[in-house]
Amino acid sequence: MKGRHTFAAGCVLVGLVLAVAVVSLVWLPYDPSDTTGGRLAPPGGEHLLGTDKLGRDLLTRLMVGARIALTVGAGSVLVGGVLGVAAGLLAGFATRWLDDALSAALDILIAFPTLLLAMLVVAVREASLGSAIVAIGLAMSGVVARLTRVLVKRVLAQDYITASRTSGTSWPRLVTEHVLPNIWPTLLVNLALQLGLAVLAEASLSYLGLGPPPPNASWGRLLQEAQATVLTAPLGAVAPGVLLVVLVVGVNLVADGLRDLADPTRRSSR
Amino acid sequence: MSLLRADDLSVRHPGGHELVRGLSFGVEPGARLGLVGESGSGKSLTALAVMGLLPAGMTAGGSVVLGGTQVVGASGRTLDRIRGRSASMVFQEPLTALDPLMRVGRQIAGPIRRRRGLRGGALRAAVMEALSEVRLPGRVAGAYPHEISGGQRQRVAIAMALACEPELLIADEPTTALDVTVQAEVLALLDGLVAGRGMALLFIGHDLAVVADVADRVVVLKEGSAVESGRTRDVVGEPRHPYTRSLVDSARALEGELDRLAP
Repeated sequence: MKGRHTFAAGCVLVGLVLAVAVVSLVWLPYDPSDTTGGRLAPPGGEHLLGTDKLGRDLLTRLMVGARIALTVGAGSVLVGGVLGVAAGLLAGFATRWLDDALSAALDILIAFPTLLLAMLVVAVREASLGSAIVAIGLAMSGVVARLTRVLVKRVLAQDYITASRTSGTSWPRLVTEHVLPNIWPTLLVNLALQLGLAVLAEASLSYLGLGPPPPNASWGRLLQEAQATVLTAPLGAVAPGVLLVVLVVGVNLVADGLRDLADPTRRSSR
Repeated sequence: MSLLRADDLSVRHPGGHELVRGLSFGVEPGARLGLVGESGSGKSLTALAVMGLLPAGMTAGGSVVLGGTQVVGASGRTLDRIRGRSASMVFQEPLTALDPLMRVGRQIAGPIRRRRGLRGGALRAAVMEALSEVRLPGRVAGAYPHEISGGQRQRVAIAMALACEPELLIADEPTTALDVTVQAEVLALLDGLVAGRGMALLFIGHDLAVVADVADRVVVLKEGSAVESGRTRDVVGEPRHPYTRSLVDSARALEGELDRLAP
C-alpha cells in the first residue's frame, strides 16, 4: 500500500510540471523574448512573478523551462534507454569474448563524466536541445546497458530458466516469456530514476551555457542568469530551483512507487 | 534398447578438475533408477549432463544416449527437440524453479501448448486437469509462486514436468526442500503418477531410505564415481562398499532411534 501512496504523490508533482509544460505550448503570459517589462520588476501587478534583469517575464520563462526540462528528460531516457537496453541485452546473451568487449566499452563510457561527454558533443555539434539530449542519453546508455546486462545474466542463472529449458523451450521463447518480464520491473524503475538525473544534468549543462540557446532558456540558465541579482530579486533564483526540485523529487517518487507496484512479490498480499 | 544409456560419463570443471568420473548406467523404458550420494558427489551434475544443460564452462565427456540421440556434444537445436519429449526434470528447490513473475497456470500451460498444440479453452481445461492430477485446486492457476506453499509449488513443478509427457522423468532431490509430512505426500504423488503413465524415473537423492522407497535399482555415488550399483534390495540388504554400508547403517540408526522412542 505504501507504494501506491508514493506513486500517487509522485504523479501529482510530475503532473504539475507536465501541466505547466502543456499549457506553455498553447498559452504564455508574454512572449519569451519580450523585454518591455522593465528591469527586475517585483512580483505582482502585470508580471505575476516579476521580471529578470532584461525585463523578461519570469513566469513565462519558467513555463518554457518546464517544457524544455521534460523534453530533454524524456528524450534522453528514450535515447539512453533504447541504446542501453539493446547493448545490455546483447552483452547479457553474448558469448564470452563479445561480452568482454562490450563490457570494456561500457566501462570506458561510464568512466567519462556526463558533463565532459556533453561538452564533447556540443563541440562537435552545437549547443542545442538535440545536443543536450544526445549527450545525456549517451552517458545514460552506459549505466542502463550495465544494469540490463547484469539483470539478464542473473535471470539466466535462475533455476526456472534451466527448468524451462528441460522442457524444450526455445531461446526466443525463453527471452520473451521469462527474461524480459523478469528484468522489466527493475529496468523501468531505473529508467524513471534516470529521467530525474537527466533533468538535473540538463540544468547543469544549461547553467554552464551548453544547453539550448536563448530565448528558450531552461531552468539551469535561469539559475545562472539570476545569480548576480540573487540578493535584490531572490525569486529569480528560488523559483527555477524549486521547480527543479519538485520535478526531480516527483520523478523519484514515481520510480519508488513503480518498484513496489511492478513487482507482484512486493505487493502486499491480496 | 535403453531409454537412457550413460557410458563412461565425465563432467569437467573449467579448471580441469573432474567432478564426475567414468560413470555408466542405463534406464530401461518404465524402469526406476536411483542415484544416491552426499552433497557434492556429482548427482545433480549427472542429471544436468543427461539433459545437456551443464552450467557454463563445464564440459561433459563420454557418452549419454537419451531416446536414441547422443547428448554429449549435440547442437542446441537437437537438444531442444529431445528435451521435454524424451526427458523432463523436477528440481530440488520449487521456489526458484518457477518463474516468480508468471502466474502458475501460464507456466503449466507452456509445455502443454508446445507438446499438444492446444489453444484457448482446450488449453485452459488441460491446465485444470494437470492441476487436479497433482491434487491442487483450480484456483491455484491464478496465483503467483510466492502466494502458494512449498509443497504446492513442488506439485506445480511436477505438473509442468509431466505436461511434457516425457518418456523419462528426472527428479533431482524433489522432496529435500519440503517438510517431512509434505515430503511423504509429494513422494507418493510422484510415485503414482509415474507408475500410471508407465514413465521411467531417474530419482536423485541423498537419503537412501527415500531413494530405496521409489527406485528398483540404485547407483551409489561418492566424489564423482559410482562405488556400488545394483538392485535396490541387494544394495540395501548386503552393501559391499564401506561407503554404502555407512549410508545404510546411518539410515537404520535413525529408524532405530524412532523405534526406541516409540511407546
